[in-house]
Amino acid sequence: MSLNVEHHETRVLPSEKPLRLLDNAGHALHGRETGGFELPPVETLLELYRRMVIARRFDVQVTALTKQGRLATYPSAYGQEACEIGVISAITADDWFFPTYRDSIALLTRGLAPAEILQSFRGDWHNGWDQHAHRTASMATPLATQALHAVGLAHAARLRRDPIVTLTYLGDGATSEGDAHEAFNFAAVWQTPTVFLVQNNQFAISTPLARQTHATTLADKAVGYGMPGYHVDGNDIAAMYAVASAAVERARSGGGPTLIEGLTYRIESHTNSDDPTRYRQQRDVEHWKRRDPIERLEKYLVSEGALTDVVRAEIGEAAEELAARTRDAMSEEPQLDPLELFDHVYATPRAALAEQRAALEAELAAHAAHVAHAGAAGVPAR
Amino acid sequence: MSTAATERAADAAASAPQPLTMAGALNAALRDAMEADDRVVVYGEDVGPLGGVFRVTDGLQARFGDERVWDSPLAESGIVGTAVGMAMYGLRPVVEMQFDAFSYPAFEQIVSHVAKMRNRTKGHVSLPMVIRIPCAGAIGGVEHHSDSSEAYWAATPGLTVVMPSNPADAYSMLREAIESDDPVVFMEPKSRYWSKATLELPVRTEPMDRAQVVREGSDVTLIGYGPTVRTALDAAAAAEAEGLSIEVVDLRSLSPFDDETVGASVRKTSRAAVIHEAAQFGGYGAEVAARLTERNFFHLAAPILRITGWDIPYPSPKLEEHHLPTPDRVLDALASWEWDLA
Repeated sequence: MSLNVEHHETRVLPSEKPLRLLDNAGHALHGRETGGFELPPVETLLELYRRMVIARRFDVQVTALTKQGRLATYPSAYGQEACEIGVISAITADDWFFPTYRDSIALLTRGLAPAEILQSFRGDWHNGWDQHAHRTASMATPLATQALHAVGLAHAARLRRDPIVTLTYLGDGATSEGDAHEAFNFAAVWQTPTVFLVQNNQFAISTPLARQTHATTLADKAVGYGMPGYHVDGNDIAAMYAVASAAVERARSGGGPTLIEGLTYRIESHTNSDDPTRYRQQRDVEHWKRRDPIERLEKYLVSEGALTDVVRAEIGEAAEELAARTRDAMSEEPQLDPLELFDHVYATPRAALAEQRAALEAELAAHAAHVAHAGAAGVPAR
Repeated sequence: MSTAATERAADAAASAPQPLTMAGALNAALRDAMEADDRVVVYGEDVGPLGGVFRVTDGLQARFGDERVWDSPLAESGIVGTAVGMAMYGLRPVVEMQFDAFSYPAFEQIVSHVAKMRNRTKGHVSLPMVIRIPCAGAIGGVEHHSDSSEAYWAATPGLTVVMPSNPADAYSMLREAIESDDPVVFMEPKSRYWSKATLELPVRTEPMDRAQVVREGSDVTLIGYGPTVRTALDAAAAAEAEGLSIEVVDLRSLSPFDDETVGASVRKTSRAAVIHEAAQFGGYGAEVAARLTERNFFHLAAPILRITGWDIPYPSPKLEEHHLPTPDRVLDALASWEWDLA
């Protein structure tokens, strides 16, 4: 196509050792390990820290609400904050984000309200927020399908000469799906401004990475499509943000797509309904807890004098305020109109659906009359 | 002549009444839709310089450039999945699946996303896109080139599924499908691609959600769509010699189903049979028979019949004639009723 840009040199395999800018003790690194990326300014890192702390408080709160039965299910991203927040923070409000079901905290950072983010997990409606207002697509449950949507939207924007970037998140399991392959390939062939984040949290429900892929790293896959791939320490938000920012900048300037693998770990279970003790060792969980993304950045920020007690208290307050807001939103029973079931199936009205809508309306009216009658007769309504 | 003058002359020639194949009518519909709306883009496998394996996209890339018509990588899920993103951004993509059975890799995208997007987003996202699927058999195609997949799509809420049977409808319905704010699975019966009609373009036939009585009759209603409308008309012509008056209804739209038109015909004749190439079990004819029976039982003089392909995978070219419903098979089926014409 005529939109094609020059072919970039993309044959360099990603490093086998993940790129890092901060080590686990929060020390800034220099040299090979950093892959030529620079540590973001301390004020940027402080903002990222703030976002991670608030996101974790949200995640912990929602997990608790799920245990109380307020939500039907919740896929936690505890431990993955550096990937979730670092990468979403690299795009602008004009760019488009295509999330999966595990990306609630990225949606939070994106500016969606808790009730909007959680409506599908509570069971109100699938994904009813205004996609265009937030420039944020629905959470996709079928794996890797949304990556193609991201590529298509990016291509459409490019045809329109709009300088926007699309960002999509996938899990390690999703890279086995055909749609991941097709999305990577289409993006590379069409040179769309798309950034793929593969959050390698090492388990697809219970299936470990070794049973998912034989590749040395998931970032290696990029090379076969002719796009750059980066294997990054997914618990180092400085690195995730720096690599993502570079990828977004390259995409925006016509340099095509990038695949970023963030190597991280899912501390919680897949959702509240599985039992991780059946498929993983507690000592592994403990190992990864010691590599916590928030603690790592905290050490750095404290050593730089940027994270004072005052700032810490302010962030803590903001986090608690959000948690309270989330509790409030989830304790309110949603007002749902059963007849709305028929309202969003087709743009063009259908006679058969109008008939079915009328049938449900009659059922509801009959039920209401029954309840009223039973109440009048002194019989407790069910 | 200048290029523009040549194009104008070609346009004038195209719009004057002339014999046009269904493939040609579809090509003209795409051309006119792209001319009318710059949001319309066309892509798929081999739709560019080749003009599609059936030439339905012939000349479009030369006319509109490769930012509006282009060859995609060979991947049906990718084609449909990227069209979702494009439609979200305000384009109106028209994508081609090349052959019926090649659409199956896109099944998940079509069923899980294309069909549901409007609903799952509470109406915030409409997907005005058309998925063109050359369908059905009788062209001597080898394996995977002759499937009838319409029941899968028609059973999926959120999709509009249509299948024209003639060049005029092909033109009109494709224009309408592209203009629709709902996603449309547009099925093109391959065996009818070369059927001809004399048309003055742009032609607009009945709205695409309406069925059409294409032959009046009083004794039996034969219900067909796409390739089997021809079968039904041939059966009707043969039956006429035997003194049987057959009405033929072309469904045109499988989803929605036009209860009004078809029901009126069935109440008039009191007997009905539905014809399709796809296998019978769980096929689209079962839906037709069931809903017509539910609504018209006391007007019916006999059970509604289904004349369909056998419940087998689509056979090889040298055996397909034994699988496809023929006018003879239709007449034999009608003869199975215990007639009491007196």
